[in-house]
Amino acid sequence: MKKLMLGNEAVARGAYEAGVRLVSSYPGTPSTEITEEIAKYDDVFSEWAPNEKVALEVSIGASIGGARAMSCMKHVGLNVAADPLYTVSYTGVNGGLVICVADDQGMHSSQNEQDSRNHAKAAKVIMLEPSDSEECKEYTKAAFDLSEKFDTPVLVRLCTRVSHSQSLVQIGDRADDTPKSYTKDAGKYVMMPAMAKKRHTVVEKRMAEAAQFAETSSLNTIEYNNRDIGIICAGITYQYAKEALGENASYLKLGIVNPLPSELILKFASKVKKIYVIEELDPFIETHCRLLGIDLIGKKAFTLEGEYTAQMIRETVLGEGVPKTAAPDEPTPGRPPVMCVGCPHRAVHYVLNKLKLLVNGDIGCYTLGALAPLQSIDACVCMGASIGMSHGMEKGIGREFSKKTVSILGDSTFIHSGITGLIDIVYNKGASTVIILDNSITGMTGHQENPTTGKTIKGEITKQVDLELLCRAVGVDRIVIADPFDIDNFERIVREETETEEPSVIIAQRPCALLKSVHYTGKAQVNADKCKNCKMCLKLGCPAISLKNSQIVVDETQCNGCGLCINLCKFGALEKVGE
Amino acid sequence: MSTTSIMIVGVGGQGTLLTSRILGRVAQDSGYDVKVSEVHGMSQRGGSVVTYVKYGESVFSPIIDKGCADIILAFEELEAYRYLEYLKPGGKMICNTQNINPMPVILGMGTYPQNISDKIKEKGIDFFGLNALRLAQEAGNAKAANVALIGVLAKNTAIPKSEWLDAINATVPSKLLDVNIRAFEAGYGI
Repeated sequence: MKKLMLGNEAVARGAYEAGVRLVSSYPGTPSTEITEEIAKYDDVFSEWAPNEKVALEVSIGASIGGARAMSCMKHVGLNVAADPLYTVSYTGVNGGLVICVADDQGMHSSQNEQDSRNHAKAAKVIMLEPSDSEECKEYTKAAFDLSEKFDTPVLVRLCTRVSHSQSLVQIGDRADDTPKSYTKDAGKYVMMPAMAKKRHTVVEKRMAEAAQFAETSSLNTIEYNNRDIGIICAGITYQYAKEALGENASYLKLGIVNPLPSELILKFASKVKKIYVIEELDPFIETHCRLLGIDLIGKKAFTLEGEYTAQMIRETVLGEGVPKTAAPDEPTPGRPPVMCVGCPHRAVHYVLNKLKLLVNGDIGCYTLGALAPLQSIDACVCMGASIGMSHGMEKGIGREFSKKTVSILGDSTFIHSGITGLIDIVYNKGASTVIILDNSITGMTGHQENPTTGKTIKGEITKQVDLELLCRAVGVDRIVIADPFDIDNFERIVREETETEEPSVIIAQRPCALLKSVHYTGKAQVNADKCKNCKMCLKLGCPAISLKNSQIVVDETQCNGCGLCINLCKFGALEKVGE
Repeated sequence: MSTTSIMIVGVGGQGTLLTSRILGRVAQDSGYDVKVSEVHGMSQRGGSVVTYVKYGESVFSPIIDKGCADIILAFEELEAYRYLEYLKPGGKMICNTQNINPMPVILGMGTYPQNISDKIKEKGIDFFGLNALRLAQEAGNAKAANVALIGVLAKNTAIPKSEWLDAINATVPSKLLDVNIRAFEAGYGI
């Protein structure tokens, strides 16, 4: 049977068919759906871990114990998991261990555009790269086999266009998932200098053997057509090249991107006239080919940034121009993403902007508060960074400066890596203010449960981290829980807490407006008699409120009746109707 | 056969994703190779959203390049205008004439272009405009506007109507099925 599947769903299917027993991940676009799909299989244990490092460590444990295990994350998540990755490369595995990492060329939903292949090379592990959903399934299965064959974790590299494209997949059966037996072997699994030195030798030998395997593996394929043009590519760029050039070119498609098969590449290069290496982001394959002395066209012609297209390849390789088409006569205003109607973060950003605070932001929906009209965020780097950054501003510049500074981050992000920053503030006698935006869910990645929601990935009830108690336990004495929609009160609290000479945490509690449990009723409507046209409500940046013919109007198809604008209006000009 | 390329453009939250999934399913059930490219995460939050559906004997790139779309199904006028260049010469534009102001327009930092439908038609483009929101409201639920648009699209492809109805049956939650079938029929009938 063939089924239309997202690349991510196909990875999950591949892992299932390979007999995976455990999957531990942290959500991150574009990788999230892999683990959500795995959670639908009852014979696999799946979980959302607090962060990617923990997720990989959980999988390592399962693997050493003898089970096939997998962790999935976005590219920046692999940085968090890099510490265990670089050493599990030395210990190797018992049950197959696969790590799926989804890059985000074009940064559809990310803060950088790093190329995860560099991690595979630096950690000295095998990396596979599928180009469509069928390959996602097959390569994931192959990854488990290779993991056990070469005693190594194996990375499967995805990208947005592979993860989030659907194509047809042949469904198969689940393999026997009986765990392998476990035998104590400190020389292999305890990495301290004496053992690790010996294991490094094993790692180098393994990678040499894996490179030899790659020379003849069916994961690397050659397709000879017109030999005037030879394309060396991997993953999604194969699909772009094939669409652009069809039978006008020959192809070496590398399913194994680390280690690269030198002999195979040289053989292909000797059979074609003009060679192009087509790979998004870094010149990873190109650099290897150049070391082999191959004359090729790569990053000189193709950009280091963003996504490629078939059109780009047609232009560069065949010299074909862009087809002439109709175009708009005037500039079309952009439509950047916005916080949803009813978003609880909107009120927080409004207050922070009003108080003109320096805001260290973090990773989540609330990062959108950096955009007009709220524009409250000053800096945003990576998961959990906001807290450490505020502490650095205080200690590096001074307390007066930091009185105007706050950190904001979501509940899931706080658990991911914000708590360690908060401990640093308390331990090193800081006085920063942290606002935890507790919206009862992991929002941006599409509603995943997390340790603060009280539910597991499968929706089972579990212990719930009490954010207040947690902050208190690390030594924060000033903790305020407040509803940001009570906007005047929230403003007062933020003023007080930033002034105080000790660490403080404000837990801004209001659930995400998209949660099924949230039921706002009625709609906001403008009472034209009361409206003074002060435009304060426009400062909320609510997509339902706009100015039409110099009058404030609420778009009733968009308004969800959250009531924030009603709370804000000093003249009572916004009224609830239809309750 | 050559590949048919359909681009669905709209505003995050309008149901473009569900539409592309229904379309993908229809193409698969009709025996084609299919690729559907979606957008998730940050770019989805009320932003300009594009999904691609391609079907044919064998489909390679999941993406549609400029000047390569056989049909653009636009859920909103400004988005139709924005992606006009993606339509291939001789391609068809189906457009819900609803207007949703983007944040720069709300804030007075940009102007929503006037009479977009007329401007597109003046370029000699095969353009079909309709008020899908009204059709959906008449069918019983404004949220079924996307399925009304699918109805119009269905009329413009070679795929039999029964395949479309089967796909809607398989994709839409049962309690919303009746209203969605009515919305589809309304779109198909105009």
